[in-house]
Amino acid sequence: MSTVPVNDNRLAVLDHSRLRAKAGKSGDERGRISVRDVDIVFDTASGPHVAVQNASLTVRPGEFVCLLGPSGCGKSTLMNAIAGFVAPTRGEVTVDGYAVTEPGPDRGMVFQQHSLFPWKSVKENVAFGPLMAGVGQNEANSVARTFLSLVGLAAFENAYPNTLSGGMQQRVGIARALANYPSVLLMDEPFGALDAQTRIMMQENLLDIWREFHNTVVFVTHDIDEAVFLSDRIVVMSASPGRIIADIDVDLPRPREQSLLTSPDFMALKRQCLDLIRKETLNAFQRQNKAG
Amino acid sequence: MDSTSNAVMRTTEPVAEAPANPASDHVAPKEPTPALPMARQKADNESRLPTRIWLKNTGVRYVTRILALVTAVALWQVASTNGFHFYINFDNIPAPSVVGTALVAELAGHEFYLHILHSLERIAIAYALAVVLGVLLGVAMGSSRWAEDIILPYIELLRPIPGVAWIPLAILMLPTEQSSIIFITFLGALFPVVINTVHGVEQSNSVLIRAARSLGASKKAILWHVVLPGAMPSIVTGLAIGMGVAWFSLLAGEIISGQYGIGYYTWNSYTLIQYPQIIIGMFTIGGLGTLCTLLIRQACNPLLKWQAKGGRS
Repeated sequence: MSTVPVNDNRLAVLDHSRLRAKAGKSGDERGRISVRDVDIVFDTASGPHVAVQNASLTVRPGEFVCLLGPSGCGKSTLMNAIAGFVAPTRGEVTVDGYAVTEPGPDRGMVFQQHSLFPWKSVKENVAFGPLMAGVGQNEANSVARTFLSLVGLAAFENAYPNTLSGGMQQRVGIARALANYPSVLLMDEPFGALDAQTRIMMQENLLDIWREFHNTVVFVTHDIDEAVFLSDRIVVMSASPGRIIADIDVDLPRPREQSLLTSPDFMALKRQCLDLIRKETLNAFQRQNKAG
Repeated sequence: MDSTSNAVMRTTEPVAEAPANPASDHVAPKEPTPALPMARQKADNESRLPTRIWLKNTGVRYVTRILALVTAVALWQVASTNGFHFYINFDNIPAPSVVGTALVAELAGHEFYLHILHSLERIAIAYALAVVLGVLLGVAMGSSRWAEDIILPYIELLRPIPGVAWIPLAILMLPTEQSSIIFITFLGALFPVVINTVHGVEQSNSVLIRAARSLGASKKAILWHVVLPGAMPSIVTGLAIGMGVAWFSLLAGEIISGQYGIGYYTWNSYTLIQYPQIIIGMFTIGGLGTLCTLLIRQACNPLLKWQAKGGRS
């Protein structure tokens, strides 16, 4: 992939040495995720519920991986384990060799919706991470402006989130997660609440940004088109209990554009995912019928 | 894709409609729906009021409110001057004109202002104490189950006790008359502040807390940047209610005042059978209470300005 020249002084303070997963100062790799033999069991009123069963997964630095599956298949739970919000009942999650025990700014999180602080302006939202990292207010503000420019919302820095459209709010959410220079970006159905047109545009926007950052992305979705369009790899999960049932390489050329959505290669991959999920859904129905 | 441009996001996405047009969601239904055209049109018209008409409606409402008050005063005047007596007895009630004359006399002297100043001083001290302690207790209770289990029984038990009932104990326990009055006023303001703060803190948005944690926020930072601002609408409601309750607790407290205070003024007028003065005292308390509550709401508005521009959820 060719490097993207930065010709705009608005991006001058972007620290590129901190951006790329594969080009750290000492050549270290950042953003390697390893999930080993993970079970996640929740205690519920009706007994233990196995949300994730025996999941193992390695994500390489700079890789864009989608977790794909029907609702309730545990894909969000697995992501929350990587984020550090949920502790595995069994097994281990490590990022860059360190066991995940709690959430941290090295793993930026983008939520489905309504996750911006409504009492903070757009700029204050994005400046929050750097501020928590201990940089001064001025420095945090300038980092915030840089990242708002990156998502095309520099003009809205003083707006409150509830005056923005859903797509704009999600762009602020992405800028806020990136302002900490995370090695891993975790995205939990970030475009799920947007209308179809806005969603496609956001997907292209996200790939533009990722081209510059090239950090590791784990992206949860139940939308097959979205998964195929975005990712290097699709990890398919099935429901009750949530298991990883397939790991599909997406060998489509980048940069990707909307025209790809109708290409034969895209269709073939989409069919592969559809068949897998259909088979699993049918199996799940049969199991439920037997159990019932 | 043009690879010479940097990865700035495309900004073709439509900007949110201006908040001045809150009814935009109702514009142009995508497919024509033949069913109930009348009903649809009516709903549309109601939700698409231009600002001008809205202002006019609001103006009409305020005029109505003022007229309602004026009507009551007029009826009172008629009832008093004619000695209306049918179950409710207006024989000994001074007419608004009489009260007005007495009020002009009070306003001309300086005694009346001393009463008000003393009351304001007690309110200020009691209210400040109630706000500080109330918010602290409320945050502690809202964020720690342990703290809630320890404090809540006291709150629930003491809250229904009216200010008047505290007078004997206040006199026995506290060194001065002034401190007793302030204590009773303080108690009145405290409970609404505590209850509303607890309510606000307990309703913290868990997604926002998770977002803050993933951005590296400490527990203290989450309390300051997420929990407290989120609880602020509820806390402000508590502050406003607390101010109202402080004023009517003050009246109870000032029963024991020996010299000054608008509550003392009212009780003393009762003892001396000065009917116009009783009514002046009552309305002064009502007016000052309303005014202080309004001031509190105004003072808190900057903390809630993020709520004002609604529109998109």
